[in-house]
Formats: sequence, structure tokens, C-alpha cells
Amino acid sequence: MSLYRDSGVVLRTFKLGEADRIVSIMTRNNGKVRAVAKGVRKTRSKFGARLEPSSHVNLQLYRTRGDLDIVTQAETVDRFPNLRTDLDRFSRASAMLEAVDQLAQESEVNRRLYEMLVRALRTVADTESPLVAAGFFWKVLSLEGFEPFLDACVSCGGEPVVAFDLHEGGVLCQSCRRGRAISPEALALMRQILGGQLGAALNEPISAATNEVDHLAGEAMEHHLERRLRSLGVLGQS
Amino acid sequence: MSGVYAGPVQDLIDELGRLPGVGPKSAQRIAFHLLKVEPADAARLAAAIIEVKERVAFCERCFNIAERGAECSICTDSRRETSMVCVVEEPRDIVAVERTQEFRGRYHVLQGAISPIDGIGPEQLKVRELLVRIEAEGIDEVILATNPNIEGEATATYLARLLSPLGISVTKIASGLPVGGDLEYADELTLGRALEGRRAVGE
Repeated sequence: MSLYRDSGVVLRTFKLGEADRIVSIMTRNNGKVRAVAKGVRKTRSKFGARLEPSSHVNLQLYRTRGDLDIVTQAETVDRFPNLRTDLDRFSRASAMLEAVDQLAQESEVNRRLYEMLVRALRTVADTESPLVAAGFFWKVLSLEGFEPFLDACVSCGGEPVVAFDLHEGGVLCQSCRRGRAISPEALALMRQILGGQLGAALNEPISAATNEVDHLAGEAMEHHLERRLRSLGVLGQS
Repeated sequence: MSGVYAGPVQDLIDELGRLPGVGPKSAQRIAFHLLKVEPADAARLAAAIIEVKERVAFCERCFNIAERGAECSICTDSRRETSMVCVVEEPRDIVAVERTQEFRGRYHVLQGAISPIDGIGPEQLKVRELLVRIEAEGIDEVILATNPNIEGEATATYLARLLSPLGISVTKIASGLPVGGDLEYADELTLGRALEGRRAVGE
């Protein structure tokens, strides 16, 4: 039918037939797009390594009548070579890509989500921060309208708060407590992430509190998506 | 789309339609072909399918395909070097490496690659079995020949981290430009690696 151009991040790929792949791409102007990349699995493919998960590319696509478009050209915008050689970075990036793949809808433009993903991937590649995925998850959740209430107890407005509950959507004090316990350090980090001081939170070295926030972010994302994120935990220990 | 045809024919079409790359139309075509062929030809196909499922399993040593309860032809070949092992993702990759005629050691098939998004981690692969072999067979060189895609490289990184403390030589196959290709069409990552892994020419 017609050719169009867009830029996007490859979220996921599936093998198709002998040498092709279906790529799921979070694009800037067309929402999530699923397209066929012909011959990518051949060693002499013109796409080479450009259409692998996490690649940020400029694309030319061919719109077909069916569900799947066809990728005709791809050009790298950002490449993140250390995602390929560093397992921690790889698993953080995988979790983010999986979450976006679940969240984004086909042909529903979500430019904020695209921009946040690109920025988050750059951060994963450039820093050692243990909180990139967590920060990304919390930010995405607030974009989706699920911003947890962290100022005082959700139920009575009292302080100090000691627990966090996903069903209540925020923190709870001692007498209203429900859900899981939250340490003051982790709470401070979450307030930083959601209160416009993401940069400061990302500079935090790995600690019990960062692990707690990371864990909580994963749970919150799974709660919101109403399904498990398989990337979480697969490489958790390595 | 079900049941235009009577029982057995439809069953055959449904079964054929489950094969990779065979759509409903092709399944129908193959089914009608099978209805026409000599009974002996059809029986031979049926027997071959049954035989392969009964007799073929994974090699007990390297997880290549082999006769059930035995080792594969490469593991039992006494001319092969036993101190070297080439780690691949799938049995099909062994065929590819064998075609080069450059490798005279044994193999180890992981049966997949680490892929968090599909829920596949080291536990789902034959990693523990590889560690056992290194100890038991006195292996001193491991060549990582996983696919040069993001999952395969994560797997290679994971294995390298696991194996290098054992004091054996761990190498990964080089990546670079395909012979017969054009520089112009090489992607940045591949060309970058080809530059990084350049070799001195001449003397």
C-alpha cells in the first residue's frame, strides 16, 4: 500500500519461518508496530544487528493490508553495545522492554512512553545505577494514572507511614497498615523518584533500600499489568 | 475452520496444519496427495515418523540428537579431541560448525539461549551439565559459539563469567563481515567489531 518512516525502539522479536523475524517496535508516531523483517536471520542480511531488542532505529516500513507491516530499511540512532555484554544491564533493559511491550497498544500513539523508554535505555547504558528500571516503572505508572500517594497515610492522613499497599495505592501508617512494610530509606527514594528528583535517586549506590524500591516497582508494574513480568527474576541473582 | 471433510481426512489435515510453515491450504494439498499415493509410500512415511520419535533422543553427553540411550556420533568418534568443547545453542548449529571442517573437538548443546523476556534463564539450559563435563572429561578449552544476537551474547557473557574462574581457556567465536558482502551495507556493530578484531597482514 504505502511506505512510511518512523523511529522506534525494538521491544521484542519472534522467529518467523526460515530466516525472518517479526519485530515489535515502540515507534514515535505510530504507537506499537508489529512488522516483518525479512531475512534478518541470514548472516548477509542488510539489517544486521540493527533490529535486535533494545535497538533504537530509524525505519522505513511498508504498510500492508494485514496486521503486519514490512520493514524495508533500518538505520541505527542509538546502539547500546554494553547491554550485550553486561548481564545486569541486559536484564534491566529486558524488564523495561517487556513492560512497554505489554503496556503499549498497537497503532495508539504514545510519544511520552516512547521518549521515556529511549531515555531510560540511554541511562541503563551510561550508568551503573541500580534504580533505572524502578525509576522507569514508577514514572510510567504515573503516566498511566497510577501514581502512588506517598505524602502521608492514604487512609487516615496520619504519620509516620510504615507500609505500602498496591490496592490502596499508597503508603499507610502503623494503625491502618496493610500490604508490605517499607523502610524510611526506601520511602525517601520513592519520593525522590516521583517528586522530580529522579537524577538524585539514580546516583544512589546499590543498597537494601534500592533493592526494596526495585522490588516494589516490579510488583507495582505487575499489579498494574495484571500479569507477571518474566524478565524479573530470571537473572535476579547473577 | 473445521470439518468440511469426513473424519479421518479432516484429522489428517488438522495434524498436517500444525507443522511449521504449513497453512490450512498446504495441509489440504498434502492430505489429498497422501490419499492418492500408493499405500506402501504412505506407510513408509508413517513408519519413518514413528521410528524417529522412538529411536532418537538427545545425546547423553552433549545433548546433540542421537539414538535413544546412547551418545551421538561425534561423542563416540575416537578421532575427536576430548579436551576441547564447542558450546552451541541448538543441534542445528553443530551442523553449521561441522561444515567448516575447522573444529576437531566435541560439542555441548545448551538447547536455547538466555532470554529473560521468554522466561528462559540459565536453569532452563544445559549449563549445569556443561560444568559437570568440564570436571569429568578434563576439558581445558571451551569455545563459545552461541548466536551473535542479543540473547546469544548474553548467554556467552554468562558462561564466560561462570567458566573463567575454573582456570580453563574460554574463547568466543569472532564476529565480523560475511565473506562476499559489501562494506557499505555492514551495520555499525558488526563493522565496529570487525575493526576491533582486525589482524596483521603480511609477515
